[in-house]
Amino acid sequence: MIVLGFFLTAPMGIGYMEHKVLAHMQHRLGPMEAGGFHGWAQLVADGVKFIQKEDIIPKAADSWVFTLAPAVVMVPYIAIFAVIPFGRTLWAENLDIGIFYVLAITAISVIGILMAGWASANKFSLIGALRAAAQLIAYELPLILASVAVVMQAGTLSLVGISEAQHHYWYIFTQPVGFFIFIVASLAELTRPPFDMPIADSEIIFGAYTEYTGLKFAFFLLAEYGGIVAFSAIASVLFLGGYQGIPVIGHLIPGFFWMSGKVGALAFFIIWLRATYPRLREDQLQRFAWVALIPLALADIMVTGVVKVLVK
Amino acid sequence: MATIQPLREETMIINMGPQHPSTHGVLRLVLELDGEYVVSCRPVLGYLHTGIEKNTEYRTWQQGVTFVTRADYLSPFFNELGYCLAVERLLGIEAPPRAQVIRVMTNELTRIASHLLWLATTGLELGAISIMLYAWREREVILRIFEMITGLRMNHAYIRVGGVVMDLPEGASEQVRDFLDVMPGRLHEYEELLTGNPIWRQRTEGVGHVPGDELVALGVTGPMLRAAGIDWDLRKQLPYCGYETYDFDVPLRTAGDCFARYEVRIEEIRQSLRIVEQCLDRLEPGPVMVEDPKLRWPAELSVGPDGIGNSERYVRHIMEESMEALINHFKIVTQGFQVPAGEVYQAVESPRGELGYYVVSNGGNRPYRMHIRGPSFVNLQATPRMVEGGLVADVVASVASIDPVMGDADR
Repeated sequence: MIVLGFFLTAPMGIGYMEHKVLAHMQHRLGPMEAGGFHGWAQLVADGVKFIQKEDIIPKAADSWVFTLAPAVVMVPYIAIFAVIPFGRTLWAENLDIGIFYVLAITAISVIGILMAGWASANKFSLIGALRAAAQLIAYELPLILASVAVVMQAGTLSLVGISEAQHHYWYIFTQPVGFFIFIVASLAELTRPPFDMPIADSEIIFGAYTEYTGLKFAFFLLAEYGGIVAFSAIASVLFLGGYQGIPVIGHLIPGFFWMSGKVGALAFFIIWLRATYPRLREDQLQRFAWVALIPLALADIMVTGVVKVLVK
Repeated sequence: MATIQPLREETMIINMGPQHPSTHGVLRLVLELDGEYVVSCRPVLGYLHTGIEKNTEYRTWQQGVTFVTRADYLSPFFNELGYCLAVERLLGIEAPPRAQVIRVMTNELTRIASHLLWLATTGLELGAISIMLYAWREREVILRIFEMITGLRMNHAYIRVGGVVMDLPEGASEQVRDFLDVMPGRLHEYEELLTGNPIWRQRTEGVGHVPGDELVALGVTGPMLRAAGIDWDLRKQLPYCGYETYDFDVPLRTAGDCFARYEVRIEEIRQSLRIVEQCLDRLEPGPVMVEDPKLRWPAELSVGPDGIGNSERYVRHIMEESMEALINHFKIVTQGFQVPAGEVYQAVESPRGELGYYVVSNGGNRPYRMHIRGPSFVNLQATPRMVEGGLVADVVASVASIDPVMGDADR
């Protein structure tokens, strides 16, 4: 219940943050009216608007698959939060294979995107869906390889265990390359700029989501922001010590706030990239994954392994 | 025994446009795709045909300005200038020096505004959303200056046959000067954001490449041609409005790809700033319209509470003091003036290339025929050459690098 509550509110926070951060980076104000104070209720208003919209299913669409797709995209991100530790004792489930579970389950959302693109009976949707599938396959690999190096260092697959293992120092200091690979790959997984070709609005309208309206479309948006929270949370656990604070003053503030702060900082970084970089091209994206990231990740694992053996 | 079926290969035809986020209005591209690759591309034009050329045949020469300014709606001053210069050549007159300077100044400011809009939309189309708002912010400053000078942000009908309709209002030169102070720093900002940006370069370098000789064969002009190393700028080659007396360079690049076009346009903004600065120094008091009462618009326009209106003094003059003045007013306003028979082709260097006006008069008070050589229309011919064999994403980058304005292409 708490997990679900968190999932439904945190993306709103991130969405609002995106509105505001992006606006200020672009010399705009962003939402200012809704709710009175700096438009804090803008996303609530958006939600109400989405509910009121007509729910259109194209005549040629495969209506079952079309309706099911938004849920398939969103559910995995909710499920992830079940295992993410927000404090030493603040977690819903401490799976022994936590990281394995997380990485496996995020991959499911791509099926939802494929379903959406295929069922929409729209050429642009189909191109978008195929792009998404190709992209997620290419970037799932570096994502997993980068995590493997962390798992090797921590010696456990449990997310709580990995957080605990970073009691003395965060793994970003020992695994900077891994951190870089992980962040890049998660951006691609999330289809966030500069890797947003599957929804490249200036090329293929809105990719797989072109035909969606109203609440179904809102589900996709929620999944996107939920995904940002989820991947920021995983990256925080793997590389930034999760709920572990910085030495000396770390114990003064509860772990929950450390974790939330780190998630917020990473989300800010993800939004910042959107304001800075144009979109890559499909072939450039694939080349980047297979030629640069995967060899780099493999080398990272090798070095980690060698160092681990030597230190022992 | 199972037989092996050969893999079925199919191409997909998609309609990019006329309703599409990045086809600059209503350009329609029929693309044949093999996966992500473009097999063939067929541009379909005409969705924004407004009959401007034909319409001018039914209006007086003065009224023509209000039509042509709507053709290339992102650089209205260039349309007005091209048309007025053509008619003035038929009439054998020349605008007074102050009007010429004002014409050059407004034109160069329009060039900056147009290139800024190009930068903004191209950035957006390649996914760089911040540059869109930055460039739009500066364009807004220029549009406010235009609003102050002409009363409108676009479709000004400010340049008229024989000069310009009104003198610059008080404070206009100061505002232009303020803009000149701010703009170089902002240009530097854009370049910091884009020129060294690895993804921006990857998306534009080598994309949409066409060598110079092919561009010439296709009739392409403007920044696209100069980005391929061909030094052709009408302001230098066939100067008008005294451009030969201004000190500016024509930026050239040799790569002939989207990145070179980007560099050329940024550099052109810089050169236009130089020209505008020289214009401000040259603004000497004087008339802004020819003195000939048989040609000039008879009213004295003044900004009243309702925007633009006639001055009270003038209304009293024609209504109470002079019958001849009233007759003249009536003649010019209802019938306009006659233009000696003949034909003329006058081209100006618009932000998109050679904007030509072919005007034929049979001696009447209306054009016999008027044709606009829209650079967008001609430049769009290069589209299939640029995109075929490339990727879908490059179609967007290539079309953006042409900077087509459909109002200019379809007219």
